[in-house]
Amino acid sequence: MKLDSMYQDVILDHYKNPHGRGLRDGDAEVHHVNPTCGDEITLRVKYDGTTISDVSYEGQGCSISQASASVLNDLLVGKDLAEAQKIQGTFLELMQSKGKIEPDDAMEEVLEDAIAFAGVSKYPARVKCALLSWMAWKDATAQALGADAERTTA
Amino acid sequence: MTQLPGLLDTEAIRKDFPILDRQVHDGRKLVYLDNAATSQKPRQVLDALGEYYERYNANVHRGVHVLAEEATALYEGARDKVAEFVNAPSRDEVIFTKNASESLNLVANMLGWADEPYRVDHETEIVITEMEHHSNIVPWQLLAQRTGAKLKWFGLTDDGRLDLSNIDEIITEKTKIVSFVLVSNILGTVNPVEAIVRRAQEVGALVCIDASQAAPHMPLDVQALQADFVAFTGHKMCGPTGIGVLWGRQELLEDLPPFLGGGEMIETVSMSSSTYAPAPHKFEAGTPPIAQAVGLGAAIDYLSGIGMDKILAHEHAITEYAVKRLLEVPDLRIIGPATAEDRGAAISFTLGDIHPHDVGQVLDEQGIAVRVGHHCARPVCLRYGIPATTRASFYLYSTPADIDALVDGLEHVRNFFG
Repeated sequence: MKLDSMYQDVILDHYKNPHGRGLRDGDAEVHHVNPTCGDEITLRVKYDGTTISDVSYEGQGCSISQASASVLNDLLVGKDLAEAQKIQGTFLELMQSKGKIEPDDAMEEVLEDAIAFAGVSKYPARVKCALLSWMAWKDATAQALGADAERTTA
Repeated sequence: MTQLPGLLDTEAIRKDFPILDRQVHDGRKLVYLDNAATSQKPRQVLDALGEYYERYNANVHRGVHVLAEEATALYEGARDKVAEFVNAPSRDEVIFTKNASESLNLVANMLGWADEPYRVDHETEIVITEMEHHSNIVPWQLLAQRTGAKLKWFGLTDDGRLDLSNIDEIITEKTKIVSFVLVSNILGTVNPVEAIVRRAQEVGALVCIDASQAAPHMPLDVQALQADFVAFTGHKMCGPTGIGVLWGRQELLEDLPPFLGGGEMIETVSMSSSTYAPAPHKFEAGTPPIAQAVGLGAAIDYLSGIGMDKILAHEHAITEYAVKRLLEVPDLRIIGPATAEDRGAAISFTLGDIHPHDVGQVLDEQGIAVRVGHHCARPVCLRYGIPATTRASFYLYSTPADIDALVDGLEHVRNFFG
């Protein structure tokens, strides 16, 4: 059944038991919404130099948007900014692929659990759900680090 | 098959709607329950559109050639059909727009540019309700912001009805316009028009009614409503997209200023000023949606041929059955009246803590089309403390089997996310 390609067990696990959920101390906070469906996320980033020491979040939304935030927390906390940007860029590429990219080992190595979202890219209405927290993270990072981050995330 | 009193012969009716035969997702039968978003179109309407373009296409109200005259007769004939459909005293009270949103924006802009006694300014008030579609909120917010007028609204009761307990404080001598929805697109509530109109008339306020979810589903009589303006759209009532209607009382349409300027709405034009055509043309600048108006006329013929009272009875029976069956689903909460009394054929609900987006996705995989989200009525979601709802909405071709499929589908959703 096609649905299983979207609702991978990994996604449902993250949805039911989100990692790192809850707002904690941060350098910047953003609030992003998906106006078509009402998904919302409030996200904070905390940096130690260029290392991400925390990404905390609260939100409401569908399983895809909530699981995506949980995976983001798993993947990005502890990473250096440049590495995090590479992960974000790869995730964006996968999500915008309309199901055309068959993830290879290299991509899987970068994205880890986030590779489970490959199936979501086939559903245009749901891509925004998957990207909500990632766009919020990018925005919060730009605010926290100022022009330096904007230049490198552009 | 479940038999309910009042049902139409849906087997015959469904043959008129080719799309209802479609299969989706590898052979699943389509169960279309998103009629509050847009209805499907019968063959009769599709044929009218095709025939118009194949035989009569020309611009209207200009040119003396055969096609121009035939196209004009068809376009104006559609206006006659609309006038009769809503029991308008005069065909000149029917303005064609592109949808209900444009109709409501038109009213707000007529008042925004009007002189006394209609003028909306910082000393006056505009009244709406908390259950409006965004199209009956935002135009009034814009008008209030631009004029300094105060925007007020009726709140909602816990069971999805308008709270009119403070009607005398909401509608006051300062109120210039009261604009509200006849049937809510998200809650399904049918609102008590008479009580609101009576109070508005007491204070001399104009009344505008958004009938988008009423015109497709029940007899609509603008004289009985005693409103000043009534707005609705064609595509929810078997017509094509791109055609809407604003009905307005003749003397108001004569007094109020135009909004959009351009061809067709003028009497004479010089470089320094213009005079305007009489209503309704004063409010129809530019080439109108001609084929779409003709299509709406065909839709009205189709609906009238079946009978709006019979369609109302059919949908009431379906809604009653749907409410009963949905309330059997564990963890399902209806957002809006939990009975079929004074409610239309749109039912919003939540299912435990499963997000409506996920509900809609799993239903879609089974061929069941519903709407999920805030239904362009976000204040309602805020009022009831929910991010969104799933909405199933019915029409003249909906069957008890459609409802059964929905209920079975929801069981599958619960298992999937359980």
